[in-house]
Amino acid sequence: MTTPTTANRAEKLADWADSRLTIAAPTRRLLNKVFPDHWSFMMGEIALYSFIILLLTGTYLTFFFDPSMTEVPYDGSYSLLRGVEMSRAYDTTLNLSFDVRGGLLMRQIHHWAALLFVAAMTVHMLRIFFTGAFRKPREINWLLGVTLLTLGILEGFTGYSLPDDLLSGTGLRIAHAIMLSIPVVGTWIAYAIFGAEFPGTEIIPRFYIVHVLLIPGIILALIAVHVGLVVKQKHTQFPGPGRTEHNVIGERMYPLYGAKAGGFFMLVFAVLALLGGLFQINPVWLYGPYNPAQVSAGTQPDWYMGFLDGSIRLFPAWELRFWNYTISPILWPTVILPGIMFTLLALYPFIEARLIKDRASHNLLQRPRDVPVRTSLGAMALTFYLVLLISGGNDIIANKFDISLNAMTWWGRLSLIVLPPLAYLITYRLCLGAEQHDREVLEHGVETGIIKRLPSGEFIEVHQPLGPVDEHGHGELEYAGSPVPKKMNRLTSAGRRVRGFLAPVQDPTEVQDRSDTERALEEQVESGERRELAGRPRDPEL
Amino acid sequence: MTTSHDESGVPQPHPPVDPEELERLPMEERAKIAAEIDGVRIVHRRERFPVPGTKAERRAERAVAACFLLTFLGAVAFTLAYVLIPWQYDPSDSAYTWFTPVLGVTMALALVGFGLAAVLWAKWLIPEEESVQERHEGRSPELDRRTTAATLVDGIAITGLPRRSLLQRTLGLSVLALGVVAVVPLGGLIKKPRDDLFRTGWRDGVRLMTSDRRLVRPGDLQAGAIATVFPATQDGLTTQVVADSVVLLIRLRPGQTARARPGQEDYGWQDYLAYSKICTHAGCPASLYEQQTGRLLCPCHQSQFDLLQDATPVFGPAARPLPKLAITVDDEGYFVARGDFPEPIGPSFWERP
Repeated sequence: MTTPTTANRAEKLADWADSRLTIAAPTRRLLNKVFPDHWSFMMGEIALYSFIILLLTGTYLTFFFDPSMTEVPYDGSYSLLRGVEMSRAYDTTLNLSFDVRGGLLMRQIHHWAALLFVAAMTVHMLRIFFTGAFRKPREINWLLGVTLLTLGILEGFTGYSLPDDLLSGTGLRIAHAIMLSIPVVGTWIAYAIFGAEFPGTEIIPRFYIVHVLLIPGIILALIAVHVGLVVKQKHTQFPGPGRTEHNVIGERMYPLYGAKAGGFFMLVFAVLALLGGLFQINPVWLYGPYNPAQVSAGTQPDWYMGFLDGSIRLFPAWELRFWNYTISPILWPTVILPGIMFTLLALYPFIEARLIKDRASHNLLQRPRDVPVRTSLGAMALTFYLVLLISGGNDIIANKFDISLNAMTWWGRLSLIVLPPLAYLITYRLCLGAEQHDREVLEHGVETGIIKRLPSGEFIEVHQPLGPVDEHGHGELEYAGSPVPKKMNRLTSAGRRVRGFLAPVQDPTEVQDRSDTERALEEQVESGERRELAGRPRDPEL
Repeated sequence: MTTSHDESGVPQPHPPVDPEELERLPMEERAKIAAEIDGVRIVHRRERFPVPGTKAERRAERAVAACFLLTFLGAVAFTLAYVLIPWQYDPSDSAYTWFTPVLGVTMALALVGFGLAAVLWAKWLIPEEESVQERHEGRSPELDRRTTAATLVDGIAITGLPRRSLLQRTLGLSVLALGVVAVVPLGGLIKKPRDDLFRTGWRDGVRLMTSDRRLVRPGDLQAGAIATVFPATQDGLTTQVVADSVVLLIRLRPGQTARARPGQEDYGWQDYLAYSKICTHAGCPASLYEQQTGRLLCPCHQSQFDLLQDATPVFGPAARPLPKLAITVDDEGYFVARGDFPEPIGPSFWERP
């Protein structure tokens, strides 16, 4: 309850702002904005929240980190490295971990948040892909998303290169080799970026400013546009009762959706705090400072670079030499292949629309099973990616499972060619099967598990139709793109779910409460409200 | 915005609402009208607890309050942990190892409490609702499209650009010129790739030393052993020199013989061989030596080189053998290089012959 004084004060403040900015109407529009609800819509939120956490923790880290490659002897608290010559970048990273109170927690939250950021973006992208949310009118947002994913990966790579430890230095050396591999201008690019022959003294300071200003600035701007477009175009929704191409059904942003989203931000942050506190990540003091003569066995980049590591391991040693020139064998797996992968990814919405001649706008999502070709293509691409990712750690797998390393390499090479088409075929079959089963339940009803013996002696299982049936007993409902209930308790016919976690809730008001809801629902159905079950009769307008 | 849309998408005039009249309605009705002005119909709104003050409602409220208290306790614990737990690295006392985990857990508790409180408040106490918002999308109304086009075209027309071809051309030229001005300063980044791609720290007569600056003599290595060596110069151990000059010195086991390329047969010295340690694939130091087979494995991408066969790659993604350094022993009995590598070390690049 607000007291009159606070209400007055709030009113005064609102009047102060509105008389200067005229924002009453836009504010009301924003507060009333409706968001549809589905668990899969949270992936993008997780990405957004981890980016905010990255900005917060990253800013903290900059207070203590010095991106300099000047060599200094270490004299911090970590006695095992005392006296060792190292760059200031590595030295200050050690200080952050050992001599700044709470610095290690911040470093680890930052690193975990980076891993989660790219992971959430990837899963978010898969959700968009498999439900067809990228279709017109949202192709622009798909392109922005692909750009954000690419920038996120680059941001991650420039970030973990900064400590100048043995692991990240090795990564930089490989990045240098990749630059060198580009035909004609490769050495020029490498010299422009590193400022000298590898490693030089410029790369860490340059990566630093790219990591803390350039890329985050672009990401921030693009996220603003990305989310702004979601607000402008409104969120997509799954088909369901009352949901059409021309509306969006859900909760208003204020207060319901806002409270949930705000709470969810805190929960994401909590998970990252827990990870940062309990699970060690990137313990650079164990790797030691970068030394081009040393490397540790089992070197692994952060997960989002793993697919590149896999492709560079698997690709055959195809080096071309002609006249006085050389094309490096790592050009194919690290420049050409990712180039093709990301180009296809970016162009997919346009390719699909062109191929199926689809020029319509879509606001209703599709279930993956209802678009078998796209779903299978996605499964195929995902399989290709996963084989690369697994091969990025093939030495670890070979070691842990006592498999020949060379066998792992050959498994990866063969799997890259064999598994994706296989994934296509299997997914296609699964989609058709799932579609068929939906149709079957709509036609014959839900299996009740009740076996009846007919007078003729025949045993049959009783099926519960989902709606009205024709003279043959076949259901008349048509498939409407939303999940079809397949179990009796989905129809609330196999008893109600008992509420209560440890003990059943038997509060009379609760029971009363439920029958109220049911009555309200019945009234709505009677009054012609469009709240049908899934598998509603086909709308003649559509 | 005084129009809303019915289900067929036809705009319906919204009943004009008098602000005075609005004040007399109950708050819920006012909010409903507010939503309708924005094209939002609240089709379903249900109190989570229709009868106020039931035990169940109080239980829900207490749970949310407990979450807020958890935040308070978590924050207090976090602050206490930050101040009280020994945090500095101390090899003799492991108490500091509790610092970061306790900090993380207490921070997470504070955050979880607030997050859960907000979510549970929304799910248990704020009335359930289902609202329908109409979409307004697709092309803009024809009038808007045509008037915008008219504004754009008229604007261009009154500048006279379409008929002033001289200005067209000079404008184009100057825009191009400005673009060039923006790009040219990036030239500061460009450096001509120099001979150092083809050169390392090795010269004729430079001795071999280990990472602790000990010079290497025949007899320092057991048969079948390897050593990582550097040019014994002032800057021989700096990152810059090590990055292209690091060498793997191998002493073969008795009975092992190594094949060499034509013209490099005399690069070794007795049973000693010296190869660049930088992998010809992506530049990692190839470090894992298998004495029995004479194979060297690069742990980054698993290229394998057969050191007995001129360091030819025998498996994995590397395409070229490791460059060989010509060595001999000087008058004082130390290993010396007889010159630089005969070819560029490390990963391939375009200009590499």
